[in-house]
Amino acid sequence: MARIKIVNPFKRRPGRIPGFGLTLGVTVSYLSLVVLIPLLGLVIKTAELSWGQFWGTISNDRVLASFGLSVGGSLVAATVNLVFGFVVAWVLVRYSFPGRRIVDALVDLPFAMPTAVSGIALTALYARTGWLGGPLDALGVKAAFSRLGVVIALIFIGLPFVVRTLQPALADLESEIEEAAASLGAGRVQTIRRVIVPAVLPAVLTGFALAFARAVGEYGSVVFISGNMPMRTEITPLLIITKLEQYDTAGATAIAVVLLGFSFLMLLAVNMLQLWSTARSR
Amino acid sequence: MKARRMILATVLGLTAGAGVAAAQTRTILNVSYDPTRELYKEFNEQFVRHWHQETGETVEIQMSHGGAGKQARAVIDGLEADVVTLALAYDIDAISEEAGLMPEDWQARLPNDSAPYTSTIVFLVRKGNPKDITDWDDLLAPGIEVITPNPKTSGGARWNYLAAWGFALQRELGGFEKLGDPAAAAEVGRAESKAREFVTALYRKVPVLDTGARGSTTTFVQRGIGDVLLAWENEAFLAVEELGPDKFEIVVPSVSILAQPPVTVIDKVADRRGTRDIAEGYLEYLYSPTGQRLAAKHFYRPYDRSSADPDDLGRFPALSLFTIDEVFGGWQKAQAEHFNDGGLFDSMYKP
Repeated sequence: MARIKIVNPFKRRPGRIPGFGLTLGVTVSYLSLVVLIPLLGLVIKTAELSWGQFWGTISNDRVLASFGLSVGGSLVAATVNLVFGFVVAWVLVRYSFPGRRIVDALVDLPFAMPTAVSGIALTALYARTGWLGGPLDALGVKAAFSRLGVVIALIFIGLPFVVRTLQPALADLESEIEEAAASLGAGRVQTIRRVIVPAVLPAVLTGFALAFARAVGEYGSVVFISGNMPMRTEITPLLIITKLEQYDTAGATAIAVVLLGFSFLMLLAVNMLQLWSTARSR
Repeated sequence: MKARRMILATVLGLTAGAGVAAAQTRTILNVSYDPTRELYKEFNEQFVRHWHQETGETVEIQMSHGGAGKQARAVIDGLEADVVTLALAYDIDAISEEAGLMPEDWQARLPNDSAPYTSTIVFLVRKGNPKDITDWDDLLAPGIEVITPNPKTSGGARWNYLAAWGFALQRELGGFEKLGDPAAAAEVGRAESKAREFVTALYRKVPVLDTGARGSTTTFVQRGIGDVLLAWENEAFLAVEELGPDKFEIVVPSVSILAQPPVTVIDKVADRRGTRDIAEGYLEYLYSPTGQRLAAKHFYRPYDRSSADPDDLGRFPALSLFTIDEVFGGWQKAQAEHFNDGGLFDSMYKP
């Protein structure tokens, strides 16, 4: 009689680090409660619409114009933050100067401030009557109540995401590596291009993606400075609120699903890029 | 062990204490919109005193303020409001329709379409009225910038829009008698297209569409943008009072809309919480001489002028007022035709 060995595929050998089962259980339930179930609600509510209604909602002129502004503005803001956030992180990590800790703490302000407060403050500053808006107006640049205003607000709220993801990566990159590169004959540009950028690229991309994803959904700070003119300065989250004001929950979730799709695609693209860059550098 | 027992005892004691306290003090929640803060602060104190005198019971009134649409949505989603006092009937209709928390004919339950106080839409201009704005026509003059919130997101802004529309209709038709008259259909049609032109031209003059009335007030007052703010009369008074009569003044147009912010008991919530008597007493007290006097004091036009302070009443100039039922056939119709997606307001922004 042959002996049959029954293998239970679900029974796993305990791993070397104890507590895997428990922590995974907590992780899954926590993520479900906090993230997955609300997102599921979004999809279920949207599913009340037929394909035709869904398409009609999201292909409306105003909705399309708002996608252009929200996604385009977020891309521009994230790119600006990528460049200047890099400089800020570099300065904070590489140099020590009086007041460095204060500057470091300032970076977190956009995180901590209620978004409506930042929106009102930025509007006060950039409106025609404001400290910065006045001179800009004299130069013929309309800052508040224009698309530029939207981008300004998105830059403000996105900055910490880039700086805070870059800082640890830059801190890990010891200056000895640069010295080694220099002593092996690399020029400054070469050092940056071949040594520094590849090392911090994953962090840069993550920061960019986080800043973008945050900006796409930002509502509180933008609605004050944008002016909310249909077809011109209406952001997508405003249209979601507009739908809710009409008690059109399904329409609102339809737009939200598309917005979520944009953020998801961006995060996915960045992850692919990171995989590709690590594969290439090996 | 001893410490643990003490903690347990404390917790039990607190819970029991809280239980007793809850049994003693009944509370009701009034979910309201933004500019009623000052009115209800004072009214609630008076009502608590009144209720105590009448019944010997001390009750507590809790308030929630916010944009009318968001407040209605919160109630639909389960915020336990015993009464709502919102800016427009449309939002309260939604509570009845979407959540079924009270009968559809809620608005017929209290006098004056359930509006214990009313208001209207007026103009707030800079001191001395430098652009010489006296009526709706003047808003279209070259070089004038008009500040009003987005009617898609602000209940108050819908009144502004409808007031302008009604003015244009009345100018064309000389009154509203012809609106329901089939013989005058062609004339009414022409007048409506004129009204549409008028309102479209008006919104061309709006540089910023804030999401709410308070946002527009900030834009006009603090940012110094625009020449005229379209505002509820009570909010215009509040702005002048808070920011100084030396900076702004109120211009009352020849004709405007009768803004009726209605109130109602949310039956299912009040019944479940056993607070119906307080909730009903609370709203009735709004119609009482005390309630009417306080409404007038806080810049709302009282339903019953006889009990208000004549000095307060003197602040409200006479003007010709039309109702939303008379000109637009009620909120549901006005919302569908003008403000819903693809409605007239949207078409004004089509390139």
